[in-house]
Amino acid sequence: MGECLMATTRTMPPIPVPIESFEVRRNQYYSTKILKEMLGNVPKDALKLLGVTDKDLCIPILTYVFGEAQVGGTAAVVSLARLRQEHYGLAPDPSLLLERLRKESLHELGHTFGLVHCPSRDCVMYLSNTVVDVDTRGRDFCRGCETVVASNTATERRR
Amino acid sequence: MTMEKKVNIMVVDDEEIVRESLSGWLEEDGYHVEAVESGRKALERLPERAWDLMLVDLKMPGMDGIQLMDEVHKTAPEMLVIIMTAYATVDTAVKAMKKGAYDYFVKPFNPDDISLTIRKIVDHHKLVQENLFLRKELKKQYKLRDMISKNEKMLEIFDLARTVAKSNSTVLIQGESGTGKELLARAIHDESPRMDAPFISVSCASLTESLLESELFGHEKGAFTGATVLNRGKLELAQDGTLFLDEIGDISLKLQMDLLRVLEQREFRRVGGSELIPINSRILAATNRDLAAAIAEERFRADLYYRLNVISIHIPPLRDRREDIPLLVDHFIEKFNIEMGKEIRGISEGAVRILMGNDWPGNARELRNVIERAVVVAKGNIVTESDITLPSTTSDVNHRTKSLEEIEKAHIRVVLNENQWNIVRSAHALGIDRVTLYNKIKKFGLKKEGAAPKG
Repeated sequence: MGECLMATTRTMPPIPVPIESFEVRRNQYYSTKILKEMLGNVPKDALKLLGVTDKDLCIPILTYVFGEAQVGGTAAVVSLARLRQEHYGLAPDPSLLLERLRKESLHELGHTFGLVHCPSRDCVMYLSNTVVDVDTRGRDFCRGCETVVASNTATERRR
Repeated sequence: MTMEKKVNIMVVDDEEIVRESLSGWLEEDGYHVEAVESGRKALERLPERAWDLMLVDLKMPGMDGIQLMDEVHKTAPEMLVIIMTAYATVDTAVKAMKKGAYDYFVKPFNPDDISLTIRKIVDHHKLVQENLFLRKELKKQYKLRDMISKNEKMLEIFDLARTVAKSNSTVLIQGESGTGKELLARAIHDESPRMDAPFISVSCASLTESLLESELFGHEKGAFTGATVLNRGKLELAQDGTLFLDEIGDISLKLQMDLLRVLEQREFRRVGGSELIPINSRILAATNRDLAAAIAEERFRADLYYRLNVISIHIPPLRDRREDIPLLVDHFIEKFNIEMGKEIRGISEGAVRILMGNDWPGNARELRNVIERAVVVAKGNIVTESDITLPSTTSDVNHRTKSLEEIEKAHIRVVLNENQWNIVRSAHALGIDRVTLYNKIKKFGLKKEGAAPKG
């Protein structure tokens, strides 16, 4: 994934999911609040911070989200909950889960580089609301989106 | 790489958290999103942008979602509104849809549902844009310079005008008042090789015989009392260009004779002059009178008629080409928007129905005046029934309550006033002889308005 973003990656020690992000009535976690918590934990030398969680995420207006990111910002979060085959009553498939996580992570990080959804199905920035969408869309950026990421990375590194 | 950025979405919800999360999510899709907290704010923001979609919360303090939708649809009937609610009841859903909501969502939404709906709207938006583009393209074919029509006869006229524009032939344009005779004459000039030379228009009815003569031919210095300088007439001014003689049916027999000579010999003398000046202008003439009848009554010279009528174009009245009314209305609205700096987007169906049902005795000119007024008084960005005032409707109503004699009296008074009580011209206009007119004036006891009472 680092290759796609022309960056090096590093894994941080885990941070607890903030308790105030829990939506009791929905038994889900409000992803925007998790993003806010993460923003207080960004290392000085990091350009972006990606959070991965097991919790099922939502925003107040949507029944669920696979992840959320600040468009043109620093933080992004993805949830494993609905990427697992078990969520749909199927047998676990670790390699499929890893592939889905990779696509979703790249997608959300793409937003932090200022990308919006791409109309090309071959691009990882294509909008996906279901795992079928996640599985069928491309695994990398299309050329247009790649150019945006490259130019924004260069600008952000200079700062 | 990015989606259609031009889709503008307004989110109206009193809950900040909904405004924030919904705008954030929609922005990831590349839409332009603005979120406001009340119906009042939404109405304020409405004119700022060409909104494609409004996501409106049903329950809000003050104005609720359906009230807001009603208000929005008054000025923007085509606006797509999606009603959002936290409580799904069949009743409110049915009510919202009946009132014209595009869709109805229960909070929280399934992301797939809303994505799909917005995608449909984006496609719809594309179709509308395409439709507008195609309509504009189509309009180009319906146009001859400032004239616009899709009536078959008019399109034939446009074709004929384009063809005759290339020649030097005299053209006689006939048609009721307000049908666009001068516009057609200008179009012929603009389409002709003479387009860079002047287009000179003379209204023959508005001048007395001697004034018209000097207006057309000009006069030498000292030709008559008051002629202190040499004055070039319209014939000379139109050199290399086009001379348009409007209301040619109204000129005197003497001038008809003079004009005939000019047309035949292609040269003329200024009043009081001896020098023969050659003319190289193209002559176009127009009249709203029945020249054939005038010839029969010996009020118009047959030889001049044939000289002018080399090519004859008869513009049909607007009531015989009602299909042009919506086209003309759009055209006039566009024109007045530019002139008055307004942003009228269209006209309601009811208003069009009223306009289509009228007979338009004053033709396109009258329609233009009615639209001009409507654009001035329109409160929203749509012209509605209440903005339309038809001048002829009121007179129609009056006619129904009056006897034939009363209408005759009123009409004679109007014609007399129009002609400054010139009996010859008034009788001419009414199609009766002078003696008959005198008798009618006496019978109806008509008096010149503003004249001092005798005694």
